Amino acid sequence: MTTTDTPALPPAARGAAAPTGTAPAGTAPEGTGPSAPAALPAAATGAVVLDAVVPARAPWSAVVRRGQLLTIIDLGGNQAVDFLAFDAHDTSLRYSAPDTIQAQGSVFLTTGSVLRDCEHAPMMTLVADDCGRHDTLGGACSKESNTLRYGHHTAGQHACVENFLAEGGRHGLGKRDLVSNINWYMNVPVDPDGALGIVDGISAPGLSLTLRAEKDVLVVVSNCPQVNNPCNGFDPTPVRMVVTDPSEG
Amino acid sequence: MTASSTSTTAGAREHARAQEGAAAGTVRTRPVVPASAWPTPPDGVSPEDLVHAETVAGGGYTHLAVARGTHVRLTDLDGDACAHVLAFHAEQPWERLNVADTVKVQWQVYLTTGHLLLSDQGRALASVVADTSGHHDTLFGTTTRARNEARYGDGAAHGPSPAGRELFALAGAKHDLTRRDLPPSISFFQGVRVDDDGAPQHRGSAGAGAAVTLVAELPLILLVANTAHPLDPRERFTCTPLEVLAWRGDPTAPSDPRWDATPEGRRALDRTAAHVAARTARPTAGATR
Repeated sequence: MTTTDTPALPPAARGAAAPTGTAPAGTAPEGTGPSAPAALPAAATGAVVLDAVVPARAPWSAVVRRGQLLTIIDLGGNQAVDFLAFDAHDTSLRYSAPDTIQAQGSVFLTTGSVLRDCEHAPMMTLVADDCGRHDTLGGACSKESNTLRYGHHTAGQHACVENFLAEGGRHGLGKRDLVSNINWYMNVPVDPDGALGIVDGISAPGLSLTLRAEKDVLVVVSNCPQVNNPCNGFDPTPVRMVVTDPSEG
Repeated sequence: MTASSTSTTAGAREHARAQEGAAAGTVRTRPVVPASAWPTPPDGVSPEDLVHAETVAGGGYTHLAVARGTHVRLTDLDGDACAHVLAFHAEQPWERLNVADTVKVQWQVYLTTGHLLLSDQGRALASVVADTSGHHDTLFGTTTRARNEARYGDGAAHGPSPAGRELFALAGAKHDLTRRDLPPSISFFQGVRVDDDGAPQHRGSAGAGAAVTLVAELPLILLVANTAHPLDPRERFTCTPLEVLAWRGDPTAPSDPRWDATPEGRRALDRTAAHVAARTARPTAGATR
């Protein structure tokens, strides 16, 4: 079942529509990469609202209603999932990395972390996490930052900002709506001298995390296409996105 | 009932015009206009090159639009200023400070002399060319009205404990920027370090008189909110005046050691120079009569 009954939303935001298609509940999505398990993690309780495989390098978006759960499964292991969240009814209220890490007293996200918006209000809560910690500092790769980090020869490569601009545009979001995002499954330590870097991941195939929406949230994702650093193990792979509704089923 | 001195337009005008002289020397937190009248220009800077001179109250804000090459010095006068800063390309404000790119591209979260403030377009908005503080923060942003209401009882822009985001919203509005245009910000003079486990340790200030100087590598809009850091542990809102001084100067040049200090910085400055060059017409022979 999809939830398409909120007239306050802009047309493009209705229906949790995923451009990559959805699979019927309880069946294995037909991904092109590593095989996707049909079984859902224990934390993904309730009726399946949406079950999609986001291909490697692709964008994705959906509205997750208040109380619903979004489970993100790292099918191939060590796949960075760049993630932004907006209030589905007022997109000027959006995920804020500084507010989130101020309130929880840590730069890393794990079970219990509350994602806060730019006015400090809770948007989503991380209710389960197999991985242990996720990044709030590194932001999204872009063609422009890739040229600074790796050289001007990388300007033609795909990047997360391309995905965010394209997918956000479907919901009326533009460049000014893009801010520091979450990188699920990405490992970014801060050394005692302040050195920060994207290093080899600590995730593994099949690990998952589950977020509970505290309000109706538009989630915009880039399944990171980066190949110049270890954030995707130098091999971008598909991820599985499942929305469940504990109040049903 | 006798008429007051302001009961007529003539009386009200006289009353208004008497205020400047009456207040002379009594208000510390104010701009000095023209900036050339600032009493203590930095060493080597002629008064005529000063373009902005202001003392911003604790809990106050200011905003500057400055040319490429302008030097902007922020000074923590009394030891408890906290300068929250956002920077935008003045000619295309959709290009703005990107804190994530700033720390990621430079492989460093503790900002100091030699570092760049990077935009989301892979260009240098500003260089940090002097820093006697070293107590800064690129990660934890500024305060919100909700957080300051919870911590201090109030977070309104003109209340006793203003939230940085409220001050940024007003400063930005004066350049037609909205709350959507306000990304995560950086702050100077209240240091934060991060433990191995990711927890922040607030280090406070480096003391009265510490200063940071930025050089604008592009024409900039700068928004500056002087208000307590979000992780300031004190129960009582604490923020003291900030001095903001700006003067004409030159942007970083290829001959400067900063240009080649790192490959990432070199590419950022190269991209910035290319952007400026493409927008600069070649002087045309005979164009002047």
